[in-house]
Amino acid sequence: MPRPSPRFHRYLVAYKTIVVKEVTRFARIWLQTILPAGVSMSLYFIVFGHLIGPRIGEIAGYPYIQYIAPGLIMMSVIMNAYANVVSSFFGSKFQRHIEEMLVAPIPSAIILAGFVTGGMVRGLLVGTVVTAVALLFTELSAHSYAVVVATIVLTSVLFSLGGLINGIFAQSFDDTSIIPTFVLSPLTYLGGVFYSIELLPPVWRSVSLANPVLYMVDAFRFGILGVSDVPIALAFAVIVGCIAVLWCWSLYLLNRGVGIRS
Amino acid sequence: MSHSETNALEIRGLWKTYGNGRQALNGIDLTVRPGDFFALLGPNGAGKSTTIGIVTGLVNKTAGSIRVYGHDTDTALEAAKAEIGLVPQEINFSQFEPVIDIVVNQAGYYGIDRPLARERAEKYLKKLGLWERRHDRSRTLSGGLKRRLMIARALAHEPRLLILDEPTAGVDIELRRSMWDFLREMNRAGTTIILTTHYLEEAETLCRDIAIIDDGDIIENTSMKKLIARLNTETFVLDLGSPITAAPVIDGYRFRLVDPSTLEVEVNKALGMNALFRHLSEMGIEVQSLRNKANRLEELFIHLLDRNNGSDAPA
Repeated sequence: MPRPSPRFHRYLVAYKTIVVKEVTRFARIWLQTILPAGVSMSLYFIVFGHLIGPRIGEIAGYPYIQYIAPGLIMMSVIMNAYANVVSSFFGSKFQRHIEEMLVAPIPSAIILAGFVTGGMVRGLLVGTVVTAVALLFTELSAHSYAVVVATIVLTSVLFSLGGLINGIFAQSFDDTSIIPTFVLSPLTYLGGVFYSIELLPPVWRSVSLANPVLYMVDAFRFGILGVSDVPIALAFAVIVGCIAVLWCWSLYLLNRGVGIRS
Repeated sequence: MSHSETNALEIRGLWKTYGNGRQALNGIDLTVRPGDFFALLGPNGAGKSTTIGIVTGLVNKTAGSIRVYGHDTDTALEAAKAEIGLVPQEINFSQFEPVIDIVVNQAGYYGIDRPLARERAEKYLKKLGLWERRHDRSRTLSGGLKRRLMIARALAHEPRLLILDEPTAGVDIELRRSMWDFLREMNRAGTTIILTTHYLEEAETLCRDIAIIDDGDIIENTSMKKLIARLNTETFVLDLGSPITAAPVIDGYRFRLVDPSTLEVEVNKALGMNALFRHLSEMGIEVQSLRNKANRLEELFIHLLDRNNGSDAPA
């Protein structure tokens, strides 16, 4: 097998270093980063699944608790991928150790990929924990493993990118919580996690279709249960399109040094 | 020009205007030879850190060119960065990471594989007296040890050009001296060193060449010897054997009575000390001991800044 070029090898080592640093960071504080999602999802399953769920009945032929499980898993992935990158990137700006990377011969794309991979790993890890919690309350089996894996990976990448852009523009710790609280949470709760948009009046159904989170939740639900409110191909097109836009924007901001170079 | 003759750093026509309109650099030129121990001096806000920030990629330039060991930062930025190790003015590592991880990760950013990175970390943490603290969180280190850690981190990829921005600010004298010894050793081993400092004694003791920057302009760029040689007066403090009531008056010398037993005298090099002692002896003034009042470089530094700002102070 041919040896990789020295430049490729250098980039690969730098990328692995950033990923290891990112994963070590959130693993070191697992009580704050991994466990809370498991606890809050247990409460969702108890309250919405066991206490309220039986009164709601079935949606799309599935018990309510089973219907909401994919959405709850996806919600955890979205929130954690985003939170990981926004807090890590802003923290590295705040403590100025982002400069360790800026003085090194690393292209912005490698820095971006490293942070995004860190967010993705945390998203997937939390998704696994929440899935394990869900299995304590209901039965889940994959309708399509390929769709499940592709959706969860792409969604965590997308929201890691979102977190990074938030981290670039954030000038205080308050700024890192504004988007998750006032934008991300409403989009997620109104993105079909707890209901099918078929239940909404036509106007609100059309409005919901403008919410990108709906496509991720529905694609994941299709992967698990085989039911979806939107065509699966359209869902993937929306996710990949959003990733392409946010990747290019993030790279542009890093190359320009916005928020990190004077 | 052969590789060995390539300058460690060449700055040509470097301008920097910040977003708020502040003009930080006015087209400066600077050359640092390979193997040099170079001092960049200037008052606060003169443009030292801006210059270093631009050279290391932390600050965007407005115009101008920079070459590091022949690598142009516009066309070969990564090659230029690989040559530089930076010890910044402010502590800028993660306060929550263990000491060894900070050094190993920095080597990783330069593409150095983990096993070699660990070897380098051990080598430099031992040299800088931090090996015993390698598993401690960095925030538990004292201020002086944090500065040493930043030096170890800057050396992890063994750069040919080491830039230190105020490395001994706030460091006690003992630690400062041991850092000087370490830097001298690095320089003797071939590393080019650029140092910014407020301690003029530090620059005079360590550096061979010097540039003084003020208000975004290089107002002096020469060898330390030539700069010091320009001083034609020196001030001494004389401790007297018996008290006197008034400062003596002798042609060519300027006296100031600090207290009845302490006399300050500004001596012109052309007149020398023998004539001074002869005159004092004739006047019955007994000198027990003498010492330099101020660092010589400090006098010259202040004079150069005064001249740049339009004052007319004598040299």
